[in-house]
Amino acid sequence: MSQTQQGFMKALKCRECGREYPLAATHVCEFDFGPLEVAYDYERIRKVLTRESIQARPQNMWRYRELLPVAGEPTVGRQVGYTPLIKADRLARRLGIRELWVKNDAVNYPTLSFKDRVVSVALSRSVELGFKTVACASTGNLANSVAANAASAGLEAYVFIPHDLEQGKVINSLVYGARVIGIKGHYDEVNRLCAEIAGKYPWAFVNVNMRPYYAEGSKSMGFEIQEQLGWRIPEHTVVCMASGSLLTKIHKSYQEFSKLGIVHESSWKIHGAQATGCNPITMAQKAGLDFFKPQKPNTIAKSLAIGTPADGFYALRVMKETGGHGDDVTDDEIREGIRLLAECEGVFAETAGGVTVGVARKLIAQGRIPADSSAVLCITGNGLKTLDAVAGHVGETQEIRPSLREFEALIASDRTHGAAAVAGR
Amino acid sequence: MARLRSPDADPTRFYLDRIRAMSVRVTIPPTLRRLCGGEDQLRVQPGTVSDLLVQLQQRYNGVRERLCDEQGQIRGSVLVFVNDEDIRFLRHQQTELRPGDEVSIIPAFAGG
Repeated sequence: MSQTQQGFMKALKCRECGREYPLAATHVCEFDFGPLEVAYDYERIRKVLTRESIQARPQNMWRYRELLPVAGEPTVGRQVGYTPLIKADRLARRLGIRELWVKNDAVNYPTLSFKDRVVSVALSRSVELGFKTVACASTGNLANSVAANAASAGLEAYVFIPHDLEQGKVINSLVYGARVIGIKGHYDEVNRLCAEIAGKYPWAFVNVNMRPYYAEGSKSMGFEIQEQLGWRIPEHTVVCMASGSLLTKIHKSYQEFSKLGIVHESSWKIHGAQATGCNPITMAQKAGLDFFKPQKPNTIAKSLAIGTPADGFYALRVMKETGGHGDDVTDDEIREGIRLLAECEGVFAETAGGVTVGVARKLIAQGRIPADSSAVLCITGNGLKTLDAVAGHVGETQEIRPSLREFEALIASDRTHGAAAVAGR
Repeated sequence: MARLRSPDADPTRFYLDRIRAMSVRVTIPPTLRRLCGGEDQLRVQPGTVSDLLVQLQQRYNGVRERLCDEQGQIRGSVLVFVNDEDIRFLRHQQTELRPGDEVSIIPAFAGG
């Protein structure tokens, strides 16, 4: 393959044995089943990718395109990314930390989750490799993103989801005209079926045979954090974990920018967050193990409900190497986390965001993230998609007739009972 | 099913059905198909998952080292399901394989 055909990529490389493979739609090493990862030509990238060249480009994730695995110009999801990094002073005070930032992928374009990052990469690469049909196994957000981005690119899409997903996530896939197939089982079973289907049908399964390309898209969240912080790496980053892939890729984004001299070398800690109802990775981290035991998930954080996380082993290694910690929170603590973020910062995150906030709160209280330090929370999805999880827990509307007298009576009663009564809390 | 058929009517079909009912069906992942003569499904004798690995190795040299580490344990990157259940929820490599059972070998999967 010539340089123009493969951009700044060199090969696919096994994370276990280092064997190299052509840049095709394949994700597993034939010799040890190790996951394949994209290897880049960093020497060439160093010559063209600088702070100046990045800043001269449009504000989307493709401003870092030399470090993303497409050969030519991206064709799918060209407006994805560059979501706000908010300085969260009110939440910082509530959690008891000096400086806190929220990376808000709840407003990522076009489907309101960080998955638009991985999907724009996976689909752009699928088009380069000549696929006409794309597919995925999903807990919801990925399905939404594959459906929407495939529609805009004129690709046929099949998405496979657990049959009991939140209604918001189901409708958010159907509306784009994708074939949505509900599997009577949990996500791990959906994924197993998809692994078998991917072995039979010549489709680009974004998180199966396209996984090496797909996963790299997550790095853009980390690149943006560094640029938006003024070209520096945060001391602490808290990331929610399903398969654990996002956590490992944020780490990789910090490594790559350091290696290329785009940010100064510094030390960082990456902390992993899970729900107690599905905590294979944090349970292993807390026990000091470098392997995890698979689980059958039972949590309201359905987007994180993966009982056999593919990158769990690598996520554990990143936490260990950077000195980070893992912890998990109950369903009630997740709802509390969602409310805290909403009330303090005006950001409505889905359940996974509640997990991140809840775990950050715990780690700060334990002193694992010191009170005088600075941290970034990665918020990965939008609360409008998981309304079912918080309905009935966030207060109620107060109804009155269209009468000024009734309104004034209501206000008077609030003043008597305190402002909290307004929200029914 | 085979039970209703007499061997005299169609002996090939009769014995094939008998073999199917008595053996364990294994789905081979694309990654291993080249090594397994291009087959996507194989039939093996009942036993345990460990016995299955021995049988595969006898038929296709090299399969075992791809699925297992130096200690003979199935790699973390490999998932084995018996009748749709992960063997790590059963008895790991000691999980019993009975006639008619279905085994799937697949690479560990990523998030969604």
